[in-house]
Amino acid sequence: MIGTPLLPLILAGLMLVALIGYVVLAGADFGGGVWDLLASGPRRDAQRALIAEAIAPVWEANHVWLVVVVVILFSSFPRVYSEIATMLHVPLSLMLAGIVLRGSAFVFRAYGGDQRASRLRWGRLFAISSVVTPVLLGVSVGAIASGELASPAAIASGGGGAPRGGSFAALFIFPWLRLFPLGVGLLALATFAMLAAVYLTLETDDAVLREDFRRRALMAGAAHAVVAALVLIIARSEAPAMWLRFWSRPASLAVLAAGVLAGAGVLGALVTRRWVWARFAAAAEAALIVFGWALAQYPEMLPGRLTIAAAAAPDATLRLILGVLAAGTVVLLPSLLYLFRVFKGERQQGARPDVAH
Amino acid sequence: MPDLLAARSQMAMSLAFHIIFAVVGIGMPVLMVVAEARWLHTGEGVYLDLAKRWATGSAILFAVGAVSGTVLSFELGLLWPGFMAFAGPLVGMPFSLEGFAFFTEAIFLGVYLHGWDRVRPRAHMAAGVLVAVSGAMSAVFVVIANAWMNTPRGFTLVDGHPTRIDPIAAMMTPAALPQTLHMVLAAYAATGFAVAGVHAFLILRGRDNVFHRRALGIALLVAAPAAILQPFSGDLSARYVAQWQPVKLAAMEGQFRSQRGAPLRVGGWPDRDARTTRHAIEIPHGLSLLAFHDPNAEVRGLDAFPEDQWPPLRPVHVAFQVMVAIGSFLALVSLAAVWLTLRRRDIASRRWMLAAIALGGPMGFLAVEAGWTVTEVGRQPWIIYGVTRTADAVTPMPGLVVPFLGFTLLYLLLSVIVVWLLARQFGQSPESSDAAPPAVSLATEMP
Repeated sequence: MIGTPLLPLILAGLMLVALIGYVVLAGADFGGGVWDLLASGPRRDAQRALIAEAIAPVWEANHVWLVVVVVILFSSFPRVYSEIATMLHVPLSLMLAGIVLRGSAFVFRAYGGDQRASRLRWGRLFAISSVVTPVLLGVSVGAIASGELASPAAIASGGGGAPRGGSFAALFIFPWLRLFPLGVGLLALATFAMLAAVYLTLETDDAVLREDFRRRALMAGAAHAVVAALVLIIARSEAPAMWLRFWSRPASLAVLAAGVLAGAGVLGALVTRRWVWARFAAAAEAALIVFGWALAQYPEMLPGRLTIAAAAAPDATLRLILGVLAAGTVVLLPSLLYLFRVFKGERQQGARPDVAH
Repeated sequence: MPDLLAARSQMAMSLAFHIIFAVVGIGMPVLMVVAEARWLHTGEGVYLDLAKRWATGSAILFAVGAVSGTVLSFELGLLWPGFMAFAGPLVGMPFSLEGFAFFTEAIFLGVYLHGWDRVRPRAHMAAGVLVAVSGAMSAVFVVIANAWMNTPRGFTLVDGHPTRIDPIAAMMTPAALPQTLHMVLAAYAATGFAVAGVHAFLILRGRDNVFHRRALGIALLVAAPAAILQPFSGDLSARYVAQWQPVKLAAMEGQFRSQRGAPLRVGGWPDRDARTTRHAIEIPHGLSLLAFHDPNAEVRGLDAFPEDQWPPLRPVHVAFQVMVAIGSFLALVSLAAVWLTLRRRDIASRRWMLAAIALGGPMGFLAVEAGWTVTEVGRQPWIIYGVTRTADAVTPMPGLVVPFLGFTLLYLLLSVIVVWLLARQFGQSPESSDAAPPAVSLATEMP
């Protein structure tokens, strides 16, 4: 039987895996919306059609990773879930509205008939919500990481005794409407856009269309690198505890090095048109960013307030959730592989690196 | 608007919206799989058209259901952080099982919708079956979590905190079986009648063709058995409520006084001040008989409980009456369909039958909404029955009327668009519908 100190850590690790799954897979679906918004030139319609075709069979399955994250969080770390949900009510509600609008607009466009005007309208809504939602997700993560969230107890105290005053804005707006969370929001957006553009190079046999997305992937990759560097720099003054912990640990330096390497790998693979390599490097890059954040927070789950061990539910729950996750994976993994083999498998031969214009 | 009322309204509105899509997500895959099985068996193009139309309907409704369900998984914390901090470790297990069932459903729906030309016919059909099975499983798991709120088990309360947590015992809660059974049957009956109602209406309006007739037959085949079994499952539910939530039963029935041989009330308007339910038709000994299977059993009335533990009486009583009335009507229509099938008569050639089915179309969903009103409002003032009051679990964030209005507006907008899209999908018959209209019975559409 697994001992007490290890169990919360395993559950936290699995939650991180699910979050990485969400970022690497669903992130690209949001990024697709970004490129729908920015579709331009003579192949504008072809770009949009390719994005829609790539997303349609998988976006709902990809979306469920977020539900898995939330379920592990509220069953295994209930205090963290309830504190986050209380203090980040505003950005999370806005993010949910974005999720609803994005998904609905996407199916409405697909099944709403062929009139160009209505397709464009739904497409615009799909694209805009695809841009806004990742920013809000990143903002929420950034606010958690910065350690600026007040305790829900501060609300009960009516503001007088609260450290930063108890006004609505001080408690529910300013902790996330700051430079660092906004920077993380932008980083999420740039990362998702890069993932989407890189993945899309493998979704078409049309060499010209592929070059469109190669150019976009290079731009997004560069933007992503700049934003990532800026976030790392502003973390020094805006999230000092995390900054210190990050630089004092060899492990996080190794993750940083790997991230820089993966980023360079994305650019290198794109320049030499090695599409499959680019896909794996981009996914690794996104995964390393999430992993690096988790490492910088460790052992805290809610920085400044709760550690993983302190926030964990009783062992009886953790063991059962672990069992459910193991059993679920046995069903899920082959199903997911099947899904991706059916819809993402066959074009790899057509995507040789020698196809240029 | 006070914050507690705003939070309750937002939760009620979100659930009322989501449940429609959840119900269709359980029922619709069964319809499309039956149609596809019929197509594989007979080779008639009309079945393929039906399977594809229903798959498209499922695609629209599943997408909206998936995103509104995600909203709910966050709203539990956004609105009721106190509840989730308490309940998370106890109901986390059914929720994580539900997560995996939902995952499987999303994966194979993707294969089903977009894989017509990519996988072999049998694999395609199997994907449809998996969508149907995992849809029903998600319903079961999520309703188990709700059942726990009605009959909380699996912990010992020490100073207001749960200790000695036992998530398995929490899952085995007494309300789990009756509630899940009632919900799954309701989903098949409501979806089946909604689809049958649309096609019966179109046939009545003179659009009689093989497409509408086949659709009507398959929809009734799914709806009728569920609607006929539902009263029995309702009886099981009523007896569980009588045993475990007596104050909820008293509110459902408008039973103010504790008494032996309590009457069953049909209709009526509870009057809290006068401590009586007016204008009800009373069937002597009916309630004792139904709730305890003993005509002289004692039924505890509202007077057996402090008034601050009563649920809102009128909504619960009226919603219960509406649910029972609709359930009885749908069961009768279903029995008529079985009767006509046994006598080898054509269901679609009887206008009264078509009219009754068309009338039943929207009623199944109405009954689902009414039933959840009974369950949820009937549990008030508790969020965890007998343990935590709803007022103590609400988020301390002020200004909750804003998200309530925001999400209400968003969902209203989505409802209008979804109805419009579905009307487009099912209004027109495909070309394959030109063949001679066949007779409709439950037997012809057996896969």
